[in-house]
Amino acid sequence: MNIKVRVWRQSSASSSGKMVSYDVKDISPDASFLEMIDVLNETLILSGDDPIAFDHDCREGICGACSMVINGVAHGPEKATTTCQLHMRHFSDGDVIDVEPWRAAAFPVIKDLIVDRGAFDQIIQAGGYISAPTGTAPDAHAAPVPKKDADAAFEAATCIGCGACVAACPNGSSMLFTAAKITHLGLMPQGQPERNSRVIDMLQAQDDAGFGGCTNMGECAEVCPKGIPLSLIGRLNSDYRKALSKS
Amino acid sequence: MTDFWAEGEPIVDKAAPDGPVETRWERRKFNAKLVNPANRRKLTVIIVGTGLAGGSAAATLAEAGYHVKSYCYQDSPRRAHSIAAQGGINAAKNYRNDGDSVYRLFYDTVKGGDFRARESNVYRLAQVSVNIIDQCVAQGVPFAREYGGLLDNRSFGGTQVSRTFYARGQTGQQLLLGAYQALERQIGLGNVEMNARHEMLEVIIKDGKARGIVVRDMVTGEITTEFADAVVLASGGYGNVFFLSTNAKGCNVTAAWRAHRKGALFANPCYTQIHPTCIPESGSHQSKLTLMSESLRNDGRVWVPKAQKDTRKAADIPEDERDYYLERIYPSFGNLVPRDIASRAAKNVCDEGRGVGPGGLGVYLDFADAIKRLGQPAVEAKYGNLFEMYQRITGDDPYETPMRIYPAVHYTMGGLWVDYDLQSTVPGLFVVGEANFSDHGANRLGASALMQGLADGYFVLPNTISNYLAAGPFPAVSEKDAEVVEARKLVEDRIAKFLSIDGDRTVDSFHRELGHIMWEYCGMERTEEGLTKAIGLIRALKEEFWTRVKVPGKGEELNQNLEKAGRVADFIELGELMCIDALHRRESCGGHFRGESQTPDGEALRHDDEFSYAAAWEYFGADGKPTLHKEDLNFEYVHPSTRSYK
Repeated sequence: MNIKVRVWRQSSASSSGKMVSYDVKDISPDASFLEMIDVLNETLILSGDDPIAFDHDCREGICGACSMVINGVAHGPEKATTTCQLHMRHFSDGDVIDVEPWRAAAFPVIKDLIVDRGAFDQIIQAGGYISAPTGTAPDAHAAPVPKKDADAAFEAATCIGCGACVAACPNGSSMLFTAAKITHLGLMPQGQPERNSRVIDMLQAQDDAGFGGCTNMGECAEVCPKGIPLSLIGRLNSDYRKALSKS
Repeated sequence: MTDFWAEGEPIVDKAAPDGPVETRWERRKFNAKLVNPANRRKLTVIIVGTGLAGGSAAATLAEAGYHVKSYCYQDSPRRAHSIAAQGGINAAKNYRNDGDSVYRLFYDTVKGGDFRARESNVYRLAQVSVNIIDQCVAQGVPFAREYGGLLDNRSFGGTQVSRTFYARGQTGQQLLLGAYQALERQIGLGNVEMNARHEMLEVIIKDGKARGIVVRDMVTGEITTEFADAVVLASGGYGNVFFLSTNAKGCNVTAAWRAHRKGALFANPCYTQIHPTCIPESGSHQSKLTLMSESLRNDGRVWVPKAQKDTRKAADIPEDERDYYLERIYPSFGNLVPRDIASRAAKNVCDEGRGVGPGGLGVYLDFADAIKRLGQPAVEAKYGNLFEMYQRITGDDPYETPMRIYPAVHYTMGGLWVDYDLQSTVPGLFVVGEANFSDHGANRLGASALMQGLADGYFVLPNTISNYLAAGPFPAVSEKDAEVVEARKLVEDRIAKFLSIDGDRTVDSFHRELGHIMWEYCGMERTEEGLTKAIGLIRALKEEFWTRVKVPGKGEELNQNLEKAGRVADFIELGELMCIDALHRRESCGGHFRGESQTPDGEALRHDDEFSYAAAWEYFGADGKPTLHKEDLNFEYVHPSTRSYK
């Protein structure tokens, strides 16, 4: 198939960017979206142009590196699908496809489609863990966890930290990301001792990192490639209120 | 001495204790020198890589009080490729009361490695496996549980006990997030200095000791030199030498290869694991291959048409014209034969012209019988997420039409040679996880990679590195030292060279070509003729690379093609060494099948009399011959026997 892509080109964090059009010819419908960009880049290199910079790594939907806004939607048109798992068969011959980076105040553009998501690591640093230094652990069966809680914790823990939730949010909020970690750790007995300080510190960290506030728009859950539900934000808010009343 | 390699002195693991295997680790820990807690903060350790091994080591050493500097090429330590591991992690907990024990896990792992691993290391791995599960649960890793709230286990990779702990189909992700969170906690406390988007390009050796690294900031392109009292490489495996593999696109051998060029021996490079159940290539655009969990073979039946070049749709091929070849050749194990055997059998039927799908490079994995027997809901409950993943990638619905699968490179057992303390032949340079060669011999068992990565990082390295660091802090290193200036210059000259060639071929085109050579001649079956030819092809490719590669842009900016150029240049050199190692090992063992060494019915034939050793290679310059140092392997407990699955 033959398509046209309009891609955000920005040579560095300090320069201004613009959309640039490229024709891409003879793309197999079985190629992934990133493989289509690979093919385009090979032709750009040989014609002396600067290839398009983009983050990617595992290309199987689990590392969370890939991050493109495709036709205005974070990770593109397919539900519960990362950019790397989106295939060209979902587009048609002759399509014009817009490709942009995540856009959020807390995720500044580094180059082209690459943004800096270090702010997510800062949120985890503030409390997204259970303090259990190596060697201190009791036997794994010392504290049984009800299957229902373990399964729900797992569902929340499937977040891959890609940042699509932030990119989709009109406020640039990271609430779904933070809520997923709060829920995962808060559902486990091991996570109880630090439960109150965790939620207070992580929310403070997301404010400090420049993420916007949550107004329950729900766009985050719509684009989440792992299907993390909006209801987790409610759980986070509930935890936060309890924590404040105890602090 | 041959045309391709020279033989040097044997190598001995001097750190390994002898005596009863059960107490070796205990005794080694007791005899290792300790570092006073007050002195630890004066000691700096550099760790390259933040996967299961590197992430857990960084967190644990920082918790112990050392000053840690951590580096990864990804934008966050959470994205290291351990994250993609699906199946599970073994541990000899015997929670199922099914006869498992440390000794049995040890036995299975030595045997599974086809008697090419060290007994001491494997026993230790089995011992600490139980601590790993405890540690991960304490961190909140959401393992699968039963209704009573206790941890669930499954049997994996043909073992007869249920010792595999798992978190649905993404055990690697959950374990890595556990280590990542522990690491982030230490970063927050100021005990770890984290440098994401930084790539190690050279090791700095002074007075015979590893004292630092040269790194490139991948955003600004700035080259800096970083110093420490010890350097730990946790930089993963080298499967991407094949271009197409299940590895992440960024996985590379550069950290290990740069260390090899500076004197660290590289052991058993030819031992590659090729996984039988991956989604086949769909065209020339293909950039990577995706693994479909091995568990699918529990219910799927593997077949190809009996006739060559049969282009009918699967559904149109009648039962009596199908060849369920694994069930036919291996009646007792059937579709559940080990990975190497299933992979080679698939290659054989495709070589006979009976493969299915584009290019004839695929075999069917059919669930029709399972759906008939168990009902679609039961199959969906077991494999739903895998079926969905398959459909997303191929566009085919496996409930309606059989899956197509083909083998792909998945894991590399070889790596930098280390002693029992995980120290390489360069003092102060330690190697953990997939980057070392130590525990899997010629073949890795399923659910053992996660176990080894975390064993090394949480429990082994933190106990052995103190023995080395006890002699520190070592004299300060300066930017002006000749060794530092030289290491930095090496990096800068290489970058300048890449950018100056300005040829007419892209880096990827060379990588693909290297991958084709490796897959064809150093893949599932190797022969003397093929390997000799491959060495010639790789040497020609190397020359062409250095005269025709085109790397756009500058060094002082984010330049992904420059990054790739450095990695591919190292892969080309590694590829040659892999072929030489495969050529010298005139036996079939584990993941290495030599065409000349097989039984009359086509099974692998080991030669314990000649090849019961680890092959550790020494670098002798770009034009010199690599020199082979043999480390003899002794089996006091698990006596070599022939694997048979018929």
